[in-house]
Amino acid sequence: MEAAEIASITQHSGGAIGAAWLMIALPLVGAAVLLLGGRRTDKFGHLLGVLMAVASFVVAALAFVQLLGFAPGERRRGVSLFEFIPGLVDKVGLLVDPLSISFCLLITGVGSLIHVYSIGYMAHDPNRRRFFAYLNLFVAAMLLLVLADNYLALFVGWEGVGLASYLLIGFWQHKPSAATAAKKAFIVNRVGDVGLLIAMFTIFATFHSLTFSGVLDRAGDASQGTLTAIGLLLLVGACGKSAQLPLQSWLLDAMEGPTPVSALIHAATMVTAGVYLIVRSGPIFEGTGTAQLVVTIVGVATLLAGAIIGTAKDDIKKALAGSTMSQIGYMVLAAGVGPAGYAFAIAHLITHGFFKADMFLGAGSVMHAMNDEVDMRKYGGLRKVMPITFATFLVGYLAIIGFPLLSGYFTKDGIIETAMEHSAVLGWLAVLGAGITGFYMSRLVFMTFFGKKRWDAKAHPHESPAVMTVPLLLLSIGSIALGAYLILGNRFMIFLSPAVGAPEHLPEFHPFSAPGLATLALVAIGAAFAWLRYGAAEVPATAPRGSFLTTFARRDLYGDALNEALFMRPGQWLTRLAVFFDNRGVDGLVNGLAASIGGSSGRLRRVQTGFVRSYALSIFVGAAVLVGAWFVVGNL
Amino acid sequence: MTTHYLVLSALLFAIGGVGVLVRRNAIVVFMCVELMLNACNLAFVTFARQNGSLDGQVIAFFVMIVAAAEVVIGLAIIVTIFRTRRSASVDDASLLKH
Amino acid sequence: MPWLSTLMGVSVLGALGVTLIRNDKLAKQFTLLVSLIVLALTVTMAVQFSPNGDQWQFQENHSWIPAFGVNYSLAVDGIALVLILLSVILVPIVVLASWHDAEKGKRSVRTYFSLILVLEAMMIGVFAATDVFLFYVFFEAMLIPMYFMIGSYGGPQRAYASVKFLLYSLFGGLLMLVAVIALYSIAGKNTFMLSDLIGTIQDVNTQKWLFLGFFVAFAIKAPLWPFHTWLPDAAAQAPAGAAVLLVGVLDKVGTFGMMRFCLQLFPDAAAYFTPLVIVLAVIGVIYGAIVAIGQTDMMRLIAYTSVSHFGLITLGVFAMTKGNPGAQDAGTGATLYMVNHGFSTGALFLIVGFLIYRRGSKFIPDYGGVQKVAPILAGTFLVAGLSSLSLPGLSTFVSEFMVLAGAYRLHVPATVIATMGVILAAIYILWMYQRTMNGPTAESVKTLPDLNAREKWVVAPLVALLLVFGFYPKPLLDVINPAVKDTLSSVSVTADQAAAAPGVKEGK
Repeated sequence: MEAAEIASITQHSGGAIGAAWLMIALPLVGAAVLLLGGRRTDKFGHLLGVLMAVASFVVAALAFVQLLGFAPGERRRGVSLFEFIPGLVDKVGLLVDPLSISFCLLITGVGSLIHVYSIGYMAHDPNRRRFFAYLNLFVAAMLLLVLADNYLALFVGWEGVGLASYLLIGFWQHKPSAATAAKKAFIVNRVGDVGLLIAMFTIFATFHSLTFSGVLDRAGDASQGTLTAIGLLLLVGACGKSAQLPLQSWLLDAMEGPTPVSALIHAATMVTAGVYLIVRSGPIFEGTGTAQLVVTIVGVATLLAGAIIGTAKDDIKKALAGSTMSQIGYMVLAAGVGPAGYAFAIAHLITHGFFKADMFLGAGSVMHAMNDEVDMRKYGGLRKVMPITFATFLVGYLAIIGFPLLSGYFTKDGIIETAMEHSAVLGWLAVLGAGITGFYMSRLVFMTFFGKKRWDAKAHPHESPAVMTVPLLLLSIGSIALGAYLILGNRFMIFLSPAVGAPEHLPEFHPFSAPGLATLALVAIGAAFAWLRYGAAEVPATAPRGSFLTTFARRDLYGDALNEALFMRPGQWLTRLAVFFDNRGVDGLVNGLAASIGGSSGRLRRVQTGFVRSYALSIFVGAAVLVGAWFVVGNL
Repeated sequence: MTTHYLVLSALLFAIGGVGVLVRRNAIVVFMCVELMLNACNLAFVTFARQNGSLDGQVIAFFVMIVAAAEVVIGLAIIVTIFRTRRSASVDDASLLKH
Repeated sequence: MPWLSTLMGVSVLGALGVTLIRNDKLAKQFTLLVSLIVLALTVTMAVQFSPNGDQWQFQENHSWIPAFGVNYSLAVDGIALVLILLSVILVPIVVLASWHDAEKGKRSVRTYFSLILVLEAMMIGVFAATDVFLFYVFFEAMLIPMYFMIGSYGGPQRAYASVKFLLYSLFGGLLMLVAVIALYSIAGKNTFMLSDLIGTIQDVNTQKWLFLGFFVAFAIKAPLWPFHTWLPDAAAQAPAGAAVLLVGVLDKVGTFGMMRFCLQLFPDAAAYFTPLVIVLAVIGVIYGAIVAIGQTDMMRLIAYTSVSHFGLITLGVFAMTKGNPGAQDAGTGATLYMVNHGFSTGALFLIVGFLIYRRGSKFIPDYGGVQKVAPILAGTFLVAGLSSLSLPGLSTFVSEFMVLAGAYRLHVPATVIATMGVILAAIYILWMYQRTMNGPTAESVKTLPDLNAREKWVVAPLVALLLVFGFYPKPLLDVINPAVKDTLSSVSVTADQAAAAPGVKEGK
């Protein structure tokens, strides 16, 4: 099989591709029914939510099959929907191509499994219906994001997932921490959105179009400087959504949301939207080495930062969140490399979607069993009471550290090799990140499932019901097999090539390359070190103080402290100043003017004595002056 | 001939004006105002006679009517002030400035 | 059929009728009926409007004061039409929302509803007037019902607020009156008709002075920074319904006037002042948002968000200058923004009004955890808030995007700074939402009832309009676009004439 050139977009109307809008519409209808129906839909709300997600998956699968029926050069199908803003974006349409359909399958597939899992996880929550409404809303928005054929509609989906994320992080809004985390996520994302908005303005000013076909096909026409500006601005947007440095701080707090949300939104799908944006805008980045360089640097920095944060967290979800940051860092790194990396970025994104969702849901299963305890220091020895959860979690764990032949092994190794070819420094830093991954993931597994029981007195852990474990099993199957399937024989790279292009020489898979072996060695060392500290040794119930480095990692590399010092405090100060200035300065000026007019009127008033004779005198004097003036003027 | 009448009119007007300015008793002030009005009337009638038109005489009637109305209201006010303050001096009444 | 006069006539007759009804409840129902009739008539009229036909439609022209060439002359273009639609849609909603608002005070309930209808007639008139003098008359006359609505039915500081509102507006209005008279005498055509006056003032210096006369009046009305301080007081003291009409419609006359009069009558002066106005607008965007963040009174907070939004609208209006390739987008966006802002801020004011009516306090710290006891109230509050922060999918986003994308073509730094307002908007809305709706339920709000049927009927149309035009703004854009195009053509045509003018003048 050969890679294809980037195909041009063919309009399409029939079959499942023509009905691609149904993918978005079905969950949207689900969300609308559940939100507007209110308590009346409580009884079947969760079932409707699952049904809509699964139906969407079916449409996606049919569209995928139909797409495979076309020759590779014809696999970009446009579906036009309705007229939107004349002049800016005349028509909104969908673009079904290998890239978007891969996302659709991931979103609806993993999404459906998480919907099913949530039936069990949220069974005791009185607002379960609302939860499913938000989940459906998220799926619809995320599908719009990846299916849109122009930047503006992408942005609608982009903000839509942000809203869903806001609603779901703050789902337990009676908890102030959840409400604050939700708000923080939205606001930090907005910072990224400003980048994306200005990128769109620049794109429109340069290309007079916002559609992918109108922009990307003509990316070469623009000047280097413009492309760099657009690229960097798009990167700002991607950083916000994908929690890359320096806009990473919201993701850890976002773990306040229910665990299925963390699995779906903050691990498998939404946070990878930034990677999608970069890959989709490939021609822009390919035209500007500067922007690409910045992308790779951001990716590497984040993959290391996320991994370091992951090492110090005792909260199981936050440790996983650090890991998510780190893994997305890998994807961004690959996406910054160019066509050679796109396929690996997306392949890693897909396998990561599986194994990270698997582990998050596993963590959820553990929490479910442990009365919502998230502190790993209070876990331990859970492998015996929760065998299925343990087994599936173990698969996810082995996949993420890159255990040979599991999914992560193929995709992450691909990224490291590609980065290595691009720049040795980046490559070796990525290898180092993999080693740290080996450490912190092993630490997590050992603290949770091995060692002695450190449970709370009230905890009675038990295996979760089938509605939760079956999705875990399905996800772990994906975590095992998907990587090999996608990477071996460059299957995925060839599949994606009509959408994003491919390098001139397809890479070959070397099982025993130097970086590959180094990675394995480092991972093994990391895992062994973790075993010594947390497997074989006793885990203290309260966290030891640790060195400066530990504190550094625990405090999220002082990201929040930095934000607080740089933005929040000056912001509060500025707000107070502005309010004061408005009340005293601007309004004070106005009221001062009014007061001075009032004061001078009061002084003038004293002329009025109230004595009739003084008035009469002034009348006579006035009359005399007038007569006198008349004489003078008359005599002139 | 006309000049005499006009001099008399001016004289009466001046007497009235001085009276308004110097006298304190409201009634006297009032009478002085009447005097000024009648001085004007005299001038109007004189000019009417001289010009052989009735306009001046008509105006004189208007002035008389106004004067009559003024007397009615003015006297009423003065009487009321006198009743409440036991004084008809205009210098005692300066309440309007407040 | 004289559509526009009929609309105003029905409103005025309705207002008179309301005062005759002795029973308060009947009077309210009658007001609602009249406002719905006006709405139905306007919709019928709007359906007959042909977007690509003449610029001015439904023209009526009668001589009013022949000695000065003043005409009673009404007509609408696409811009005026959508703003009239906004007004007549908001009025029945406000009537329904204010059902019990006037009952707390000692003043007559009937009079309040009668004033709303009078105001409706004025609002239609001010947007439809094509005679500058007639416009001025409506511009000032609008103040009267609003003054009484704030002054008689407002909060504890209503006297201060209403006098401040009146004096501010009168000050601007008088400057405008001077400019109107000067325009009349300098043009020397013995007419106040806008179409006859466009392009008559050629001298750039004269244009500048007249521009300032009009502009200050509109900047106070809009309100543009730093002329904004009357708005928070007026909006916070006014009853919620009056605040909606004040911020939602009355203030739009400012930006509408800038577009219609400042730009068209004095294009060269407008071009000269554009940098200054854009700086003020951008300051307004950021400043309004920052001050909004610092408010603890919800009504004041929303008022300050409007200062921020009006900055964006003004940015869009003054991006309509010659030489900006994005002028069309910016102008259409600004017009659409006026409409959307009316719906969005209207919804926000009304829902906050419901909240305040229940709890009896405007202060954010008095609330907390309302979401738990009144989920529908909280949900609609969030939707309205999200529309205020221009979330894509809601109509405000379309207009904000158009304004910014259009302005960006010529004013890059200003637009970039204005775009930062997007972040601040998220902060002020979500922080207010968090403090009132999230967290543990405060003791004092534990028994708050959720929205009742009447209130749901108030909110539903607004939310529906925000959603529908968020995804499908084309019907509005199709009406606005040609009108903005015509406006732009008169802006650039006169500017071209002016450029050629020196030679012509010397020839004379």
